[in-house]
Amino acid sequence: MDKFTIKNMNLYYGDFHALKNVELNMQEKRITAFIGPSGCGKSTLLKSLNRMNDLVEGCKITGDIKLNGEDIYGSMDVNILRKRVGMVFQKANPFPMSVYDNIAFGPRTHGIKNKRELDRIVEETLRDAAIWDELKDRLKKSALGLSGGQQQRLCIARALAVKPEVLLMDEATSALDPVSTGKIEELCLRLKDKYTIIMVTHNMQQALRISDKTAFFLLGEMIEYNDTDLIFSSPQDKRTEEYITGRFG
Amino acid sequence: MVNYAINKITLRQRLREYKKKPISFLLLLIVGLAALFSATALVFIIIYIIIMGVPHLTPDLFALKYNSDNVSCMPAIINTLIITVLTLIISVPFGIGSAIYLVEYAKRGNKFVKVIRTMAETLSGIPSIVYGLFGMLFFVTALHWRISLLAGAFTLAIMVLPTIMRTTEEALITVPDSYREGSFGLGAGKLRTIIKIILPSAMPGILAGIILAVGRIAGETAALLYTSGSATGTVSSIMDSGRTLAIHMYVLANEGLHTDQAWGTAVVLLILVLVINTLSAFIAKKLSSKN
Repeated sequence: MDKFTIKNMNLYYGDFHALKNVELNMQEKRITAFIGPSGCGKSTLLKSLNRMNDLVEGCKITGDIKLNGEDIYGSMDVNILRKRVGMVFQKANPFPMSVYDNIAFGPRTHGIKNKRELDRIVEETLRDAAIWDELKDRLKKSALGLSGGQQQRLCIARALAVKPEVLLMDEATSALDPVSTGKIEELCLRLKDKYTIIMVTHNMQQALRISDKTAFFLLGEMIEYNDTDLIFSSPQDKRTEEYITGRFG
Repeated sequence: MVNYAINKITLRQRLREYKKKPISFLLLLIVGLAALFSATALVFIIIYIIIMGVPHLTPDLFALKYNSDNVSCMPAIINTLIITVLTLIISVPFGIGSAIYLVEYAKRGNKFVKVIRTMAETLSGIPSIVYGLFGMLFFVTALHWRISLLAGAFTLAIMVLPTIMRTTEEALITVPDSYREGSFGLGAGKLRTIIKIILPSAMPGILAGIILAVGRIAGETAALLYTSGSATGTVSSIMDSGRTLAIHMYVLANEGLHTDQAWGTAVVLLILVLVINTLSAFIAKKLSSKN
């Protein structure tokens, strides 16, 4: 089933035409990877899916983006959309508060006040993010004292705490060491049983390792979109082939 | 095996270095002397005030009721506290509120924002006697508040407003955008993001601005002379005239009859400001360690 359907979507930053006629359907409970050289618009597209681009001045979007058939730029409340479509950023951005409060921030935002319920959510999401054992004795400590990899997994747990349907990951491992990256990749593979994951990555090996579908972008256009194995084994477009074989980018 | 730290530069090595570079030695001498001079000036003033003032801290100076014999500063202490609190009650919400508007709501690079910023900077450069004159003409005369603590507090509130606004603005700007993104990304609205994420992170900076404002309020005379006046008694309401410690000192020194008590009052003022600052710093530390 398609989670996101994007039809004839164009995006402009002022006069700059950043995304051109994008057509894309992303399937539920799959990992979709966006690859392409810097500036190709893949992060921009990702940020359009939870309307983070609303914060960018002079950003204009035309076309259709639907989540489960609902127009996300229509009557849908933007805060509800962002609850349903969570996001993990390139640089881990835990809030300057305790581990517990970081996780509880989202549920509290959406009206959960009961202490026992919050305790349960914190434990469950930290377990889901495979970081419970490392952090269970430090729940009251500041999240800023964690290592980079732990912070990023905490941010994933924080995003999961509001029970999203989709998880957007914007180069979420690009600032991490290989061990932490490996942990997060394993985590993604486990999470796709429950969540739809859409990730932007610069690391083609990563896309190959964990994604089901891959879309290749170049200069604001989506060049090719297919099963990941097919994209990497027999790309249809010359430009895709050149990029994945490392001839440019 | 030798076990001393090899990266530690000994005095002899350092001297040998400076012998090769006399100019850098000269520079070291100059900046060192500058630091020494600044510190000495400050310490000298404080010690001088203490030496001149402490012997005159008699029980009389703290009598509950003022009369022209004891020239008690007790009413002035109470008035200072009242004016400080009143001024902060008026100026802090407006100062923080306008800073939040400028940083979080107004579009970045907005013309209006630049105008407000320039105006705030200009306002903070105006001599306080000008605020005093304005307060007298507007609050005391035009609004018929008479010379009162309220008129004084409003005058001071306008005076410290730019300080609080600018420091809060700086504090908000230093909050990383990634916190905002993180909060919005979880579906938190603007209001919740500001109250729960941004203000707590900016709190130490905001408090630093408020401490600065408290210092100015406690030490101000010119803006209060014609607004809250120099009545000596204990006030019964904020519509009464009453002198603050700084005014009390000013009047005592001005009359020339109670210079000793003026020194005593100076010590009290010094201690009061010190206590308020330590208290605020303590609160700031408490607030930021909670995060």
